[in-house]
Amino acid sequence: MRDLAFILATTLMYSTPLIYGALGAVFSENSGVVNIGIEGMMTIGAFAGAASTYIMAEGYGHLWWVPWVGFLIGGLAGGLFGLLHAVASVTFQADQTVSGIAINFLAPGLALFLSRRLFENATTTPPIPLDAKLPRPLNQFFDLSSIPGIIFNQYASVYIAFILVFVSWFVLYKTKLGLRIRAVGEHPKAADTLGVNVYRVRYFSVILSGILAGLGGASLSMAIVASFRPTLISGQGFIAMAAMIFGKWKPHGAMLACLLFGATTGIQIYLGSPQVGLQVSANLLSMIPYIITLIVLMGFVGKAVAPAADGIPYEKGDR
Amino acid sequence: MEVNSKKEKLKSFLINETLILTLLSIVMGLLVGALIITLSGYNPLEAYRLMLEGIFSQPRYIAWTVIRATPLILTGLSVAFAFRTGLFNIGAEGQFIIGALTAALLGYFLELPAILHVPIVLCGSILAAATWGGIVGFLKSKFGIHEVIASIMLNWIALYFMNYIINQPGFKRPGTEASFDIHESARISIPWMREVLGPATKVNWGIVIALVITAVIYYLLFKTTIGYELRAVGYNKDAAEYGGINVNRSIMLSMAIAGALAGAAGAMHVMGVSFRVSVLAAMEGYGFNGIAVALIGNNNPFGVILSAFLFGGLTYGGSKMQTIGVPTEVINIVIGSIIFFVATYRIFRYVLVLFNRKKLQKEVQ
Repeated sequence: MRDLAFILATTLMYSTPLIYGALGAVFSENSGVVNIGIEGMMTIGAFAGAASTYIMAEGYGHLWWVPWVGFLIGGLAGGLFGLLHAVASVTFQADQTVSGIAINFLAPGLALFLSRRLFENATTTPPIPLDAKLPRPLNQFFDLSSIPGIIFNQYASVYIAFILVFVSWFVLYKTKLGLRIRAVGEHPKAADTLGVNVYRVRYFSVILSGILAGLGGASLSMAIVASFRPTLISGQGFIAMAAMIFGKWKPHGAMLACLLFGATTGIQIYLGSPQVGLQVSANLLSMIPYIITLIVLMGFVGKAVAPAADGIPYEKGDR
Repeated sequence: MEVNSKKEKLKSFLINETLILTLLSIVMGLLVGALIITLSGYNPLEAYRLMLEGIFSQPRYIAWTVIRATPLILTGLSVAFAFRTGLFNIGAEGQFIIGALTAALLGYFLELPAILHVPIVLCGSILAAATWGGIVGFLKSKFGIHEVIASIMLNWIALYFMNYIINQPGFKRPGTEASFDIHESARISIPWMREVLGPATKVNWGIVIALVITAVIYYLLFKTTIGYELRAVGYNKDAAEYGGINVNRSIMLSMAIAGALAGAAGAMHVMGVSFRVSVLAAMEGYGFNGIAVALIGNNNPFGVILSAFLFGGLTYGGSKMQTIGVPTEVINIVIGSIIFFVATYRIFRYVLVLFNRKKLQKEVQ
């Protein structure tokens, strides 16, 4: 039972950055803009969050708001690259994949460049002091060695991720804004005819996508670990994108896919932990989530269908 | 007749325009880099001078640029080939790994004379990577799994699979995180050039093989029926199917060829430069850089060669800027900017239109 709780806790922790990234992809792609730049946006978010929190903790001491402002700065840094992606893919009707690839070079490049400039040529940011990391809001309510204590001893970023899943679902399917986003992604011309500003909705969605991805990166560099390093994200943005497709472009679907990835990481850590000490190669275990995903996609999910106008630039008056 | 010549005119116009726009993008990318270097308090001219010297000032530097460019030609070609046939091969990374691993295995465990060993290692690696790429095609045509998602999964499976194999006793060199070196007979080094350029310079036949492969791919893609069919599927899947082309077969074939190309890159990297495979914690980026190379090269086989040299030069020469303290990562920003401007070529048109309008206004006044 305690073991199960441990697995559950690590699952929640490791799926969190993916959930932010996948939600970002959900918004962008539902509005009709493919965002392969999630990886880069997560990287710059991870750097901006960790670096700004460290600097603020140095300058202002360990005040309660320091990690929160750092977290937001991480999101904004991602949002900035979201804006760049929007300028390219909405205003200049660029090939969205190409623009996304550009961001995957630009954002990590800038993150490492700034890290070297700010921290004496180091590509790893100095560690954030423990009490300047994101807080663990619920751990005072539980005995930490009890089962609920093990499960709920999570960083705030974990709870926010799940709240955001619900909010995203609500916004996309229960509000006028969500209807507009989806309309613009399915049939931009029809939406345009009905008076929806296609460009504005797409700008909004892509920038939001960047902000969410940036928060995802920061949730990694400010909670799971306490600093940014070049290999921190290494592919998680792509996994988030895969999770979004796996979850059929829906927030809750994407969340479940992220939990699957998180769970396999959790099980892997559990099996490798000293109290179990199972002699299974870590490399073989690491392959499992990816193999499971392929098998699941082969058998159970069926054909996933992207929003009809996903990836197609919209030009007003274009026939 | 007139329509035809008009079409041809349009075609040559477009090709030239692509070239000009690409060159403009490169200039703009370098300008962005210069801006960032300036903003961080260095002299951009000095930095770029160091970079150019770092590429051209010594034969050994040029050799290193070529060595850097060789795998990128092939991974770039792999991505470009897939793009031409309507597929996005984000899996070149994993195919590269499978090619490299197979080369290391065959190069270490087989003992043959060089004349047999080299082709067997190369062909074996290409075959293995083609299968790896083919899996993606199979999953797409049979189960409708998007090639991007399948490739991302297979990249990671390839990485962990290689790490697993390296860790097997008998293959892993004790005390290291790498395999044993491949035998001399499986290497493609050019010993006499190494004597000229210095022993550390790993000059090898890879570049020649890469150029030959590029020519073959050009021929296959643009001068054969198979190539025509593959491109037709890329251009319009439904029309191709209506025209009697077996789309599923085309997708599988295309991904297998793309895999073969990236695998050849991995094999030649092992046979010519590293001689072994090492445990990886993260992707090395040959495949992802291949995507950039393909995009800057406009998915054209010859464009890919030029763009691979540009990429190799920027990354190799760019590292020399560190001597005055400029972080090497500025090169990634330059490359990202180039791709960004390639993507948003309409910016240039927009500027051009504005410029023309102003000119017209002046003339009117």
